[in-house]
Amino acid sequence: MRSLAVDIWGGWATTLGIKTLIVMGLIPVGALVLGYTFLLKMMSHMQSRLGPMDPGGFHGWYQLIGDGIKFIQKEDIIPEGADKRVFKMAPAIVVLSTFLMFVVLPGGPDFVVAKDLDVGVFYALAVSSLSVIGVLMAGWASSNKYALLGSLRAAAQLIAYELPLVLAVIGVVIQAGTMNLQDIVRFQASGEIFGWDGLGLPLILTQIVGFGLFMIAAQAELSQPPFDMPVAESELVAGYMVEYTGFRFLFFFIGEFGTAFVYAGLAATLFLGGWSVPFIDVDADIMNVVGPLVLFAKIMLVAFLMFWARFTYPRFREDQLQSLAWKWLIPIALANILVTGALKVAF
Amino acid sequence: MLGAQLLVAENAFFYVIAAVMAYGAIRVVTTNNIVHAALYLVVVLAGGAAQYLLLGQEFVAWVQVIVYIGAVIVLFLFGIMLTRAPMKAEEKLTNDLRGAALIPTGLLAAILATLCLDAFSDKTVDLVSPIRTKAVTSAIFRGYLVPFEVVGVLLLGALIGAVVLARRD
Repeated sequence: MRSLAVDIWGGWATTLGIKTLIVMGLIPVGALVLGYTFLLKMMSHMQSRLGPMDPGGFHGWYQLIGDGIKFIQKEDIIPEGADKRVFKMAPAIVVLSTFLMFVVLPGGPDFVVAKDLDVGVFYALAVSSLSVIGVLMAGWASSNKYALLGSLRAAAQLIAYELPLVLAVIGVVIQAGTMNLQDIVRFQASGEIFGWDGLGLPLILTQIVGFGLFMIAAQAELSQPPFDMPVAESELVAGYMVEYTGFRFLFFFIGEFGTAFVYAGLAATLFLGGWSVPFIDVDADIMNVVGPLVLFAKIMLVAFLMFWARFTYPRFREDQLQSLAWKWLIPIALANILVTGALKVAF
Repeated sequence: MLGAQLLVAENAFFYVIAAVMAYGAIRVVTTNNIVHAALYLVVVLAGGAAQYLLLGQEFVAWVQVIVYIGAVIVLFLFGIMLTRAPMKAEEKLTNDLRGAALIPTGLLAAILATLCLDAFSDKTVDLVSPIRTKAVTSAIFRGYLVPFEVVGVLLLGALIGAVVLARRD
């Protein structure tokens, strides 16, 4: 019988602590990289915004630091009628959901952010659904009708788009025969296109429908335009975030961009071959160094697509948004599963 | 005996989580704020998922999270907030039958405990390796295919029934 002391101090608890710190560092870094590259720079170029291009001289490099300082020195205001405990907990739960999603992201043959789970992709999608609770708590506890309406819209939207998100992934799972993200990467690296194994088989080639569904649903899960009804500033001010200031607002911000980073990472892993790269053997030691960089490049590519849509399209109306999910995306996703399953049995 | 058992991390965590779950369950029925009750239910269900994880049942645990926390509780909260969303605690959310309620709950607890002990007390769980998803799915789709399909049809029936009852036109 193992003793508890050895269990905790000698073994997994120490590892757990280190891994927790790594993930906690990765979230803000991922969020800031996306926020800086896309929100500040790409959007400024696309929409001719001069503000974020100015501070500090070269391409406005100082903007992000300035924003950070602004958020930290703002007063922490909690509305008079708010439910204080729930109000304070809500942003933490949103970030917790992001935190848990990072755990399974694989970056190399021996390198997973924290844990290589057998249920991999299913786990990531399951914990991503926790953020809805945080959003509902934030909207309700703010004691503000705009916030409440915003969180109701968010909940309706997140429930509607969680289904196509999960269903879109099932095609990949059927083809690879596993939910483990490492095995999905290896499957793609060792696959071949009509007998030619130069590129492996990135599943985007066979699951292009699934990829499209995943990207649309992920965009909606992130409440990014054109799916930003929950925070529609022209009618709801800022939706469920309206009463949050300073550091608590920053939590929502980091949660949003951190989650965008993970969704981009999941899409890259599921459809673009993850950390693997053609012409280098997947089990080579060098992949533990190259892998994370390759994954990062693919994440930036997928994130570019996400933010491109974000900065280009106008917002959906609420009924259009719901009918898109229930009448189009879910039936298409089910048909995709059926066809993939039939082809899997046939070949 | 209990002292020695407590020195294994899994057992220690079982009791910690069980205590948190029990506290949450009691608060669900005693709190006067209906939104708080739903949030305490989240604690109970998350505790259930954690217990599944301790038993090495990864797939079941995350199904618990995605179905109960991600969907059922969200629908509860959604329904509450759509209809009235009370900010203040209500005067009387609990009723006078508290004492009488102890009898059926006690009976239910006794029956469940007896059944579980009778059925599983001689079973041991291999805590070192988690149950693979493959094993769970082949059990469902090979061994229990007919019950699985029957449950599916039953749920579909309930779904259609709910639509029929809710629509008055």
